[in-house]
Amino acid sequence: MMLEKNLKPATVEPLIRFDRVAVTYGGGAEATEALTPTSLSVPEGDFVALVGPSGCGKSTILKLAAELMKPSAGDIYFGGRELGAKPVRVGMAFQSSTLLPWMSIRDNVMLPLKIVPPFRGQWRRKRGGEFRDRADALLEKTGLIDFADKQPWQLSGGMQQRANLCRALIHDPDLLLLDEPFGALDQFTREELWGTLQELWMERTVTVLLVTHDLREAAFLANRICVMSPRPGRILEDRAADFPRPRTIDMTFEPDFAAVIQRLRGLIVHSREGAR
Amino acid sequence: MSPDLRRRFASAALIVGVFVFWELACLVFGISSLILPRPSEIVGALIEYAHGIWPHAAQTLYTTLTGFAFGVMIGLALGVLIGSSRLAYDTAYPLLVGISSIPKVAVVPIFVLWFGAGTVPAILTAMIICIFPIVVNVATGIATVEPELEDVMKSMKATKLDILWNVGLPRAMPYFFASLKVSVTLAFVGSVVAETVASNRGVGNMMMIASSSFNVPLVFAGLFVLAALGVSLYVIFSLIERRVVGWAMRKAI
Ligand SMILES: Nc1ncnc2c1ncn2[C@@H]1O[C@H](COP(=O)(O)OP(=O)(O)OP(=O)(O)O)[C@@H](O)[C@H]1O
Ligand SMILES: [Mg+2]
Repeated sequence: MMLEKNLKPATVEPLIRFDRVAVTYGGGAEATEALTPTSLSVPEGDFVALVGPSGCGKSTILKLAAELMKPSAGDIYFGGRELGAKPVRVGMAFQSSTLLPWMSIRDNVMLPLKIVPPFRGQWRRKRGGEFRDRADALLEKTGLIDFADKQPWQLSGGMQQRANLCRALIHDPDLLLLDEPFGALDQFTREELWGTLQELWMERTVTVLLVTHDLREAAFLANRICVMSPRPGRILEDRAADFPRPRTIDMTFEPDFAAVIQRLRGLIVHSREGAR
Repeated sequence: MSPDLRRRFASAALIVGVFVFWELACLVFGISSLILPRPSEIVGALIEYAHGIWPHAAQTLYTTLTGFAFGVMIGLALGVLIGSSRLAYDTAYPLLVGISSIPKVAVVPIFVLWFGAGTVPAILTAMIICIFPIVVNVATGIATVEPELEDVMKSMKATKLDILWNVGLPRAMPYFFASLKVSVTLAFVGSVVAETVASNRGVGNMMMIASSSFNVPLVFAGLFVLAALGVSLYVIFSLIERRVVGWAMRKAI
């Protein structure tokens, strides 16, 4: 169960590569070292989960990948070129759905098409036709089509997160960044959404970075799980979760699966004790 | 009876009750109409002087709405500017707080000095008095966009203008309308005070003249006219608000 076998041949550049990236927030006496030099490479189409104790820099890694901030040291490459050299299409979703309350669910889902090139240039022409169909297809897929004309607050939390996933995917991003997207949902809704996300990911070539606190979620969804140390974060272990797809909830109760979770748990508990 | 209907009925009953109490109290205690005229006398004065009151009411409505319109434009522009730039916010906020703490009516004499008595000071006073609530509310609405929402927008490489247009402004609309309701009432205060001090037209001026000739029912009639105008504008803006930003009250639009 080594991770090498999941990687594509070394000649193909990974989609995104962190090369000894470090982040320090603030300066002077109040400087917080969030990441110590960390390297991570993610091939195109991969699904990587980041797990680790609170405050270890998981969200920071996502922010770096989304170009919301720059590393204090080290470099990030996208498709072999330095990040920022060419625009990267990113989809992002957080624990809170951040849907806009003044728009219908459909309009919310279509929002990225209004902003992201090349769609934004076609927005006026296609918003009533092609783009709308595109949104409806995603809403259909995620079981929200009957709610397309509703306002976000008329939907349950689970439905809002489905819409949130649709919005993050509508513009066919190269990179999907999910920061604890299901963290506020109950167990059953959460498991339902794992299925939805797995399906969406399997039918397209989007590369996913998922931050989660739920080890079962990480092992269910991801090809690879990166365990991080307490702050200042670094990647302690990068291991494959190569269960066959599509995965089912039942599989999460099998011994193989339980063993992976046990091991991840052990690592995190141990690293927390080390930090104390 | 539905709870909504009952609520309306109750508030209407209270209003009628206040007037009935007022009327009866004046009769029972024999209060002179030179001090506090009865509502029936005031309504009588309203009818009797309707012809004379009308141009004054129109003038006051005109100065108030003109000042208000300018105030809204300036307030909205300043609010957007201050709300969308951290630097502008930090720089301009202390000044705004300073200006806002001046009682606006105290600038009436200055306007009179510059522009002479008449319509202009009334418009300017109405304008200046309603700018501040609008600026503060619009700026707050824009500046308090959730950081995560901003991250989502920035991850799509949205420009500042994209964010302002798609998120900041719509988000500020409920704040904006809330401030409009306050501002339109304040604009009346401004124009009436200016008219009282320095104008030969408007309800404020009419009340001034009526009181100097001890026509107390007419003074109160002026008050009633102002109340009616103020309430009407408040209601109009509430209705617009319901239509435009109903989503903020979680009502299906
Ligand atoms: N804007 C900021 N300014 C200063 N320090 C920050 C900032 N953002 C994060 N930090 C610090 O950097 C560290 C890592 O933050 P980060 O948000 O990446 O953690 P995380 O792993 O996502 O935690 P959690 O699981 O609780 O979400 C934390 O210790 C935090 O205090
Ligand atoms: Mg986080």
